[in-house]
Amino acid sequence: MKADFQIWRGNASGGKFETYSTEIAEGMVVLDAVHQIQAAHANDLAVRWNCKAGKCGSCSAEINGIPKLMCMTRLSELPLNKPVLLQPMKAFPLIKDLVTDVSWNFTVKKKIKKFKPRPPDAQDGTWRMLQQDIDRVQEFRKCIECFLCQDVCHVLREHQLHAAFIGPRFLVHVAALEMHPLDIEDRVEELKKANGIGYCNITKCCTTVCPEDITITDNAIIPLKERVADRFYDPLKKLFRIFRSINK
Amino acid sequence: MAEIRLTDIRRGLGHTNRKDAWWARPLLIFICLTIFLIYVTWAAFQGNHYTFGPYLSPLYSPELFGDSTHSWFGAKPGWWPGQLHWSPALLVLWAPGIFRLTCYYYRGAYYKSFWADPPACTVTEPRKKYLGENSFPLIIQNIHRYFLYLALFFLLFLSYDVWKALWFMPPGATDTDERSFGIGIGTLVLAINVVLLGGYTLGCHSLRHLVGGFMDRLSGAPIRGRAYQCVSCLNRRHMLWAWMSLFWVMFSDIYIRLCSMGVWNDFRIL
Repeated sequence: MKADFQIWRGNASGGKFETYSTEIAEGMVVLDAVHQIQAAHANDLAVRWNCKAGKCGSCSAEINGIPKLMCMTRLSELPLNKPVLLQPMKAFPLIKDLVTDVSWNFTVKKKIKKFKPRPPDAQDGTWRMLQQDIDRVQEFRKCIECFLCQDVCHVLREHQLHAAFIGPRFLVHVAALEMHPLDIEDRVEELKKANGIGYCNITKCCTTVCPEDITITDNAIIPLKERVADRFYDPLKKLFRIFRSINK
Repeated sequence: MAEIRLTDIRRGLGHTNRKDAWWARPLLIFICLTIFLIYVTWAAFQGNHYTFGPYLSPLYSPELFGDSTHSWFGAKPGWWPGQLHWSPALLVLWAPGIFRLTCYYYRGAYYKSFWADPPACTVTEPRKKYLGENSFPLIIQNIHRYFLYLALFFLLFLSYDVWKALWFMPPGATDTDERSFGIGIGTLVLAINVVLLGGYTLGCHSLRHLVGGFMDRLSGAPIRGRAYQCVSCLNRRHMLWAWMSLFWVMFSDIYIRLCSMGVWNDFRIL
């Protein structure tokens, strides 16, 4: 059986969708088809990939308009009576064909306050934690940094607020640090101001596209929004803090 | 920060390369919420047919002032402005209304369905400017936790209404001491209403934060830890609870209204 693929070909100065037809077999994923097309029809087709197992987060692209990993999207999930549309992630600058420049993400990550543990619990310089306390942040550690959540987020994708908003990936990163039982750093003010958490309007698109099924909005972003509300938008909490500091 | 040059910048409402029916979900939410808003506004302004026997419509509960036997403080208060339409629901309905309006789930849903902000994931928006919840007016959504506190009281009031819905007066009796235990379909309707509202309110994101989410270590606080687990459990199905409770509140009012109007008969089980 053959299937048609419309693949974006071009670079930052322009491009267009090219149609390719290739033989498909049971069990194939989109990345397999792209490799076949690359081998047989378009040797110069640029595509970033690495593990083919959904763990490296390299082959992120938009398949029929939805951000997905090409290696984890089976062709049997897609309607093949029409051409499968493949395009690069829209939220980042295009390098060539399906490859975008995601380096902005690494710049953002460097600006987030690092993990700062409390003094060691034991004389040998080690700490003690209970599994119960670490359960919550372990979910966030599943992130493979595919940046599909950044791509789908309309604050970055549509409104291009890259300078004001760090995006769901890094809100998950901040949540992993901020909720860590050993961490003593305070990132709440940074969340409100430099990280722009208020720009998130909880449409949950990031949660929908996450290939690791991290409940980004409910477990990371909203709890962080609540911590920001505690500090900045809750007058009763503010009063409580004032009284507590007087009593001390 | 350097300017980011993105691919495929298209403006205007509804551009997307999605091939599925992306519009179906926001449209369905728009229709359901609109029906609910219209009905509840209409019902709240009626000021009649909100009780039937021991049943009180949840839209009117607690009836602080009013003409029915459920009223806490007697008839319409003298301080109510004469030029304003009077209905007991107007004194109370704003609190659960704002609780839902500022709910994290509903916010995400109505930003898509009513504001097209965005209409659906990877679908373009009609507006260029975007402020999100970072500044006025949407920064006010942070008030949600205060309306949670009020909503928790409403759960108590509605539970008390279920208790009252278990005690029926015989036909023609005037003395409240003559009430006898019974269960009608209306009792079950009101009980289900409390269960669904409980599932929704007790799974609230703000409550999850309040009971333990603000802490980084719950192991030292076992009661908080248990409470956090329970709220998180309900929170996982927050959307489902939100919709079920929304429709059941409306249905409860319809049931009592139609019984009161004589259109439906309330069947006594016990």
